[in-house]
Amino acid sequence: MKMLRALALRVAGMFSKDRREQEFAAEIESHLQMQIEDNLRAGMPADEARRAALLKLGGMEQTKQAYRERGTMPLLESLLHDVRYARRQCRKNPGFTLTAVIVLALGIGASTAIFSAVYPILFRPLPYAGADRITMVWESRRGERPMAVAFATFYGMRQRNRSFEALAVMSPWQPAMIGSGEPARLEGQQVSAEFFRVLGVLPALGRDFQASDDQFHGPNNVILSDRLWRTRFGADATIVGRKITLNNNPYTVIGVMPASFEDVLAPATELWSPLQSNPALPMDGREWGHNLQMIGRLRTGVSMQAAQGEGTVILHTLGQEYTKGYDSSGGASQAMLVYRLQDDITRDVKPALLAIVGGVGLVLLIACVNVINLLLARGAQRQSEFAMRVALGAGRGRLLQQLLTESLLLALVGGILGIALAQAGVRALVALSPADLPRLNAIHVDSTAFLFAFAITTAVGLVVGVIPALQAARSDPQSGLQKSSRTATGKQQFTRRALVIAEMAIALVLLVSAGLLLRSVQRLFAIPPGFTPSHLLTMQVQDYSRRPAAEPQWPEFDAARARFYERALQAVREIPGVQDAAFTSQLPLSGDFEGNSLYFESLPGEKAIGAYRYEVTPGYFATMRIPLIRGRLLTEDDKAGAPGAVLISDSLGRRLFPHQDPLGERVKMGPDMGRTDRSWHTVVGVVGDVKQASLALQDPDAFYTTPMQWAWVDNVQSLVVRTSGDPTQLIPAIRSAVWSVDKDQPIVRVATMDTLVAESEAQRHFALVLFEAFALVGLLLAATGIYGVLSGSVTERTREIGVRAALGASPAAILALVLRQGMKLAGIGVVIGLAGALASSRALTTLLFRVSERDPVTYAGVTGALLAVAAIACWIPARRAAQVDPAITLRAE
Amino acid sequence: MGNKKDVWQGTLALMVLKTLQTMGPLHGYGIARRIEQTSGDLLSLNYGTLYPALLKMEQEGSITSEWGTSENNRKAKFYRLTRAGRKQLEQEAREWEATTSILARFLSPGEEQA
Repeated sequence: MKMLRALALRVAGMFSKDRREQEFAAEIESHLQMQIEDNLRAGMPADEARRAALLKLGGMEQTKQAYRERGTMPLLESLLHDVRYARRQCRKNPGFTLTAVIVLALGIGASTAIFSAVYPILFRPLPYAGADRITMVWESRRGERPMAVAFATFYGMRQRNRSFEALAVMSPWQPAMIGSGEPARLEGQQVSAEFFRVLGVLPALGRDFQASDDQFHGPNNVILSDRLWRTRFGADATIVGRKITLNNNPYTVIGVMPASFEDVLAPATELWSPLQSNPALPMDGREWGHNLQMIGRLRTGVSMQAAQGEGTVILHTLGQEYTKGYDSSGGASQAMLVYRLQDDITRDVKPALLAIVGGVGLVLLIACVNVINLLLARGAQRQSEFAMRVALGAGRGRLLQQLLTESLLLALVGGILGIALAQAGVRALVALSPADLPRLNAIHVDSTAFLFAFAITTAVGLVVGVIPALQAARSDPQSGLQKSSRTATGKQQFTRRALVIAEMAIALVLLVSAGLLLRSVQRLFAIPPGFTPSHLLTMQVQDYSRRPAAEPQWPEFDAARARFYERALQAVREIPGVQDAAFTSQLPLSGDFEGNSLYFESLPGEKAIGAYRYEVTPGYFATMRIPLIRGRLLTEDDKAGAPGAVLISDSLGRRLFPHQDPLGERVKMGPDMGRTDRSWHTVVGVVGDVKQASLALQDPDAFYTTPMQWAWVDNVQSLVVRTSGDPTQLIPAIRSAVWSVDKDQPIVRVATMDTLVAESEAQRHFALVLFEAFALVGLLLAATGIYGVLSGSVTERTREIGVRAALGASPAAILALVLRQGMKLAGIGVVIGLAGALASSRALTTLLFRVSERDPVTYAGVTGALLAVAAIACWIPARRAAQVDPAITLRAE
Repeated sequence: MGNKKDVWQGTLALMVLKTLQTMGPLHGYGIARRIEQTSGDLLSLNYGTLYPALLKMEQEGSITSEWGTSENNRKAKFYRLTRAGRKQLEQEAREWEATTSILARFLSPGEEQA
């Protein structure tokens, strides 16, 4: 307490220095007078009396100094002084200051932006209580990737497990809401009762789902997101209990989630309704499809391994009990997989994000090296100033403090600019980011990012300052004063050259990374997708009416739905500029993913073969330009009641029937499997392979039927339209054509096929754009670095060059001399950089495609590019050296 | 060197406080003279060190100062104890007595040794 009070007074004392010193002078004067009087009274002569008084005081100036030091904070004062001085220094050299600040702002800004994006995704705990116990649960077949859970599995697990406090499943649900304007499709999720309990979040208004909500044919209840509640319902506080209309059916709002609730599993979700699956498990229902995501909250103390082990045991018992059901979906899975939720949602993006973090780290490093070099160059120019200060009594420590203050000030200004840059950068990052980047709305420049930026700024200020400051403080004042202001010592030259080599090496690593990614993306987009994406417009059209629960009404319902699609297609085809149009249940390279199983009569050994299922209108192949390889395409005659016709993809035919023609093979599909009352379909044709999930993946097995020959007509279909001109021009016409048939059908995800193809590789593209930017910055900084050093060295060697010229060296020889000096540095840097790139490019492996991380073309190419840029940077000072006039330079010194 | 000075400064503060308690408000010169006299002129005080010490005590709030007129009609700065200073004096005096009595037991020849 006492010390704090004294500290505050001392700091305040810095501002009332003059007044206090005057006052102390008066006090000490009165003190002296009193003593002199006493001394005189004691019989001393007058001059002796004053001398003795001063002696007793211990010196006037010393006393004043001691008093002054106690009155203020000497350390703080010298710091303030240093800051003032540093500011003056920076103003005096605007070119240097501007360069350093911009370089630092780039480095700090880029790393802060990347940090702001990566930290919340990979490292900040999910916004749920006990987030570490929330897990994602998958089924797994031997050797395959994690597979979505079937309802039967969930149902059995929920009944029997002891590892989880709560278990829940969810599946996407996109209900239509028809208001006054255009029909809207909402992003929803159908969830089992304990969904919110697993996440540990309760509604802010109303109540959570209960077991009674989640029952087959249960009540239509929904819980709204805060955003939907505000935008669509004006934040109506009395909404709980009210009915809203979704898909033409009344739903009761039972709750509203808090604004802070973030559904990391499906961030766009606006509302939730109970799943209401049928535990009686009909074999042709969705209950046996692997179409659910499962999450679970582990009991305290239960490890993920234990939960996984228990799940696997339960799964095996289920497999034995429901042989029929599991058979129809290709047999029971071998194991359950349990992952921490955060790891699960970030698994796909982690390698790319970590590579980007590495890249930005290199950018920061190269920026620091660049500024160190600038400071060293300036330190060389200021040598006589430092020498003068040391000669005048400044301690080495004092000099160090002053120089560090200068570099910290530079870093601070750079840091502030950098944060502004990071704000813009983060916005750009979010705009650029691939759609599958999780937790996108958690990304912004927040207090953690500020803290990070501040820490980085301080660290950079110290790192950048310490080498030049040490060098300046170490220098010998005498030689410094004697030397002219421009020459640098050999030691400084050595440091600066080492730094340029480092810059070159780092730049090369960045260039190699960018080059490898560029080649990967080029190779990727050179892969034919199996159809012609240009001049194709796509949009999702939805028929939201619900299929009746009871089977007898199905054919009638499906026919009505098919009629709607048929008439919409007719209307679209009549638009001028439309060449062809078709509907399909899923669209390639759009994120759509629906697999189903096939059972071939002639392959009884094979249980079920998984493949992409397409339900398409006959014009689909012509519209997409998917080639027919054998047999015939689907036609209008392949309708309900007609013999079932199915097309298979080339790869599927080759794989299953390597030595015979697959045409005429009989097959049962998906829900029909295992049912003797369903008739066989016949393979009538083979069509070309199409990339479905990604251009990079080899999984083109697919089969095609018409809607009326599948077990149901899908309610969400993608319309594909081939146009003669720019497809985007036709968007309004096509929308109104669909709405002319039924004005209440939502139309969403309108995009050209070209866009969808590009977005399908968004993650690689994202990494590529960032690395291109990093590499460009690195290249620029390395070039300015080598230019700076060489140009400094030419200035210092002007006299030597002059002598050479006077002794007969030709301009060309001098040019070559300087160029050789610069290119030697670049060459060493390149060699070190190549080694570094070979070591570090392994981090990129998952992002590369058909390009080795040691791809010689890339390495050679970027090495050439870097050396060319270095040569240009060296050329300028070299030319200046070649133009040196010996007469003038020799006279100058 | 540094350690000695610290100890000295600590005791100097105590002496100043005690002086101000017995004498009432007093100027710097008066405090210095009084300390010397009380010590029976055994202590030779460097007057220059007194003033930073006074400033420190004032900053810490144990004394306060104001300008006044000395007995010889001279303008001088008078220091006086604050309530916090009085409390500090009591406490430090107690501590000091405890310390000295402990030290005295060590230094005086005890009965056990005899």
